[in-house]
Formats: sequence, C-alpha cells, structure tokens
Amino acid sequence: MTITNKIVTENLVLQYSDGTESLKDISMNIPVNSISVIFGPAGGGKSTYLRVLNRLNDLANVTTVSGKAHLYSESGDFIDILDPNLDVTALRRRVGMVFARPVVLPMSIRENLTYGLEIAGVRKRSLLHEAIERSLNQAALWEEVQDRLDDPAMELSGGQQQRLCIARSLALEPEVLLLDEPTSGLDPISTGKVEASLQELKKNYTIVLVPHSVQQAARAADYAAFFLQGKLIEYAPGNEMFTTPQVQQTADYIEGRFG
Amino acid sequence: MKSRSSAQRRNLTQQIGFIFLRLVAIIAVLPIIAIIVFIIYQGAPAISLEFIFGFPSDGMRSGGIWPAIVGTFFLTLICALVVSPLGIGAAIYLAEYAPDNRWTQSIRIAIINLAGIPSVVYGLFGLGLFVIFLNFGISILAGSLTLAIMTLPVIITTTEEALRAVPQSFRVVSRSVGATQWQTVRRIVLPQALPGILTGVILGLERAAGETAPILFTAAVFFLPRLPSSPMDPTMALPYHLYVISTQVPGMSPQIQYGTALVLLVFVLGMNLIATIIRSRARARRQW
Repeated sequence: MTITNKIVTENLVLQYSDGTESLKDISMNIPVNSISVIFGPAGGGKSTYLRVLNRLNDLANVTTVSGKAHLYSESGDFIDILDPNLDVTALRRRVGMVFARPVVLPMSIRENLTYGLEIAGVRKRSLLHEAIERSLNQAALWEEVQDRLDDPAMELSGGQQQRLCIARSLALEPEVLLLDEPTSGLDPISTGKVEASLQELKKNYTIVLVPHSVQQAARAADYAAFFLQGKLIEYAPGNEMFTTPQVQQTADYIEGRFG
Repeated sequence: MKSRSSAQRRNLTQQIGFIFLRLVAIIAVLPIIAIIVFIIYQGAPAISLEFIFGFPSDGMRSGGIWPAIVGTFFLTLICALVVSPLGIGAAIYLAEYAPDNRWTQSIRIAIINLAGIPSVVYGLFGLGLFVIFLNFGISILAGSLTLAIMTLPVIITTTEEALRAVPQSFRVVSRSVGATQWQTVRRIVLPQALPGILTGVILGLERAAGETAPILFTAAVFFLPRLPSSPMDPTMALPYHLYVISTQVPGMSPQIQYGTALVLLVFVLGMNLIATIIRSRARARRQW
C-alpha cells in the first residue's frame, strides 16, 4: 500500500500558558515525498506548527494542544503525535528538525553526526561510518569535510554548519524533515547548496520547510501553505499558489503589499 | 566658546573619575599583597623539612606541624567526597529539572540562608548531630561532615551557575535528535559545565580547609602524639593549630606561628591556583 499523506493534521489548536492562541484550527495534510512550504509573516504560527509535529513544544510553556495530528508510515499505519503517552524519543527519530540558527554541538564533526545514533543505541563502527558518509553526501557537505571529520564542528563556516545540522538529522534516517528557516543566516551560495540538496532529499523524505522569504517559498514549494496570525489562509500546490492565489490576503502578501 | 569649555569640563570630570576608580581598584588588591608578603617575610625562616614533616615538641614551642597538615588534608578530602555528589546532584536538579514553583523557590531560599549561617553555628550543629547524637565522637568524620554541610551552598550555587551557562540551544538540539533529558544532561551539559563545576568545588573546599570554627568542637584536638589512623580518630588541623599556638600557649615563638600561617596559606592558595588553571584552560578550549 502506498500512502499519499505523510502527516494529517485536523482542527489543530494550540494555546500558550499565558492564554495567547498560536494555532487556530489548522487542518492540512503533508503529502509524502514532497516539499511542503509554510510561509507568511512573523508570528503567524509557522514554527509552532513545525514544533507540534515532533513535539518540541513539550519543552516550551504550552498548556493545551487539541485537534488531531497523525503520522503515517509506509504500511498505512499511523501514530497519534499528540498522544501524551507517545514515545517522544522514537517520534523525534522519525521526524527530524533543523533550526534557523545552525547549532552544532561542541564536539567533532563526526561526533555531531553519530550523537543521535549512539543515543539510539547504535554502536557498530561500520554502521556509524556508513551513516556519516551517507548523511554528509545527502547534505552536500562530504567533499568539504571528508578529510577532517575529527575537527571541532564549530570551526566550520556558517553555511557548512547548517549543512552539518541537516546531515545530523539525516543520519538518523528520519521519515520527515522539518526545516525552520534553515537558510536565514546563510549567503546566497550556501543557500543554493541547501536548496539543491532539499530537491534531492524529497525523493526519499517528506520535507516541511518554513522558508526565509517568499522567493524561497516559490522556488522550493511543491505545496505551499500561507499562515497568518495562527490561521491557515490558503493551501495549494506551489505552482498555483504563487501564480494564481485564491485569497486576497495571500496575493497581497506574495506581492509584498504587507509583511 | 561656551560649549567648548563645557566639553573640557566634562572631559576633566571623566578623567578625575577614572583616576579615582583606578585608585579604588588598586586599594582592593593591596591587603592581599600585604598579607602574603607579611606572612612570607615573617614565616619563611621557620620553614624547614623538620618543621613540615616533624611532630610538635616542647608543648608546641618547637618541632613541626606534620600532624596538622595531614589532618587538614584528610578533613578536606573526606569533605570533598561527601559534598561533591550531594552538591552537584542538587544543582543538576535545580538547574535542569526543577519546575519554577514555590517548592523550588523555598529550596533556593534555604540554600541562600545556609550560606549565611556563621561557621561557629555549623560547629555547634556538628557537635550536636554527628559527635553526640550519631555518636561519631570527636573525629575526622564528624568534622568532615560538618564542613560538608557548610560548603554545600557554595558548591550548589557555583555548579548551578556553570550548568546554566551552557547554551539552551544545545539542549534543544540534543532533545530534537531523540535524546532524553537525562542523556542530554549527561552527554552534553555536564561535560561542558565540568570545568566550572570543578572550579566551584575547589573554591568551596578551600574555604572548608581554612575554617576553624566548624572543626573546633567536632574534629580538632590540641595535640596528638601520632597521626590519625581512621576517620573515627580525632585529628590536629592547621587552622585550629594556628589558633591554639596563637592564643593558648604562653611563650610561643612568633616564627612558628607565622610559619604555620604560611603553610596554611600555601595550602589554600595552592587550591586556588589549581582552580584558576582549570578555569583558564577550559576557557581557552571552549568553543562557545
């Protein structure tokens, strides 16, 4: 059986402990093996939505999340992401996350990549090395660092660090990759490399991207969702969204009339 | 012209202020230098192999201070073995796990108050609890435990600070690749905070090594003709010995008093030096 939607969210409402609502009744499906882009002005709930999908919101002061969020596997089975009894560790291995600011751990390049695997109990050196080479290749970083895997990761340039962060997520072979403005701190060349590797990665992974600009959204999107103040305003295939938006607010935002 | 003169005046004020502040900073350093120079000048002639490795003789008026050095060493060591796991554990709980509620706040207030209790009160408490109630007698163990309680707040506070200095983003990243909170603490936070923790522990122990009042009723004795052979033995100790020979022994030669003070000073400043080296090395290697 093949599945069309990797993640299904319905009527998702998220409220912070101070009473502000960050997500208002979000219903959208994330199609498998594609790049879904979530764009819109700051404070619209984009990051919050991403953090629901791998339960990183557990670390913030979130009081209530209601609605439905299901993660499907190839077989058609699904798990309830919001289930309080869910094994969050296992979920986070299936749903990887890359943050806006590249945060490499204060260890070597190699250790950054093997950290998650070792946590998961993988000890075999050959497996670890395989994962290192594969993930670095997928993140378009292997050529640049293959000779210095034992150097401190913090000595890499910003662009390299961000690709290392992507590789670190990929080392765990997740099914879904969440990227929260992964290129916001990068120069155009590094940004180009990251975007190109995302286009490669979508063949094997489901990608949810919060872009750092409308232009990037238009370049990367197979599907695009426009978030405004916690609401999903419009959700459509990328080529339709950026040529013929159906809602006036979306059109205004894409054309730069507000933002 | 008018604006220019006011600018000149401001400039002058700034310079006077600057000179004043520099003077204050120098004054703050003077007592430390004065103490060290004075103690070395007065005490150095007393230092000899016999003084360091010998036993006191002639009612303390001659001979050495070896039992006091050994005693202070073991008091500090056992104190370290007891207080480090307790203090570091408590700090990990407070920095990494404790929710911000009334219960946590009251723990914090208790720790702050613990730090403010006069050391002689700790001594009396140790006498009541360890020496009498738990029947340890006047012993190294009772003294070390008393010192441990006194050092606890220092170590908790410095360890907590060292843990909080580790960037939050490391924790979030570690959790995002599937690590549990404890795995994150053990594999990321603790190794990064370790130099800061060690510095705090050593500084806390340094205070313990130099204190007289907490061991006055719990561990220290006037004179012991042999070295302690178990933690249940009483012991001589440097600060207490210094107190005794400065106040209780008539006709004491000032040279031996200052010699003893010098040894204690070297002991404590040596620990300080180790802490400084650990800190500066870690700072040079730290990547964040």
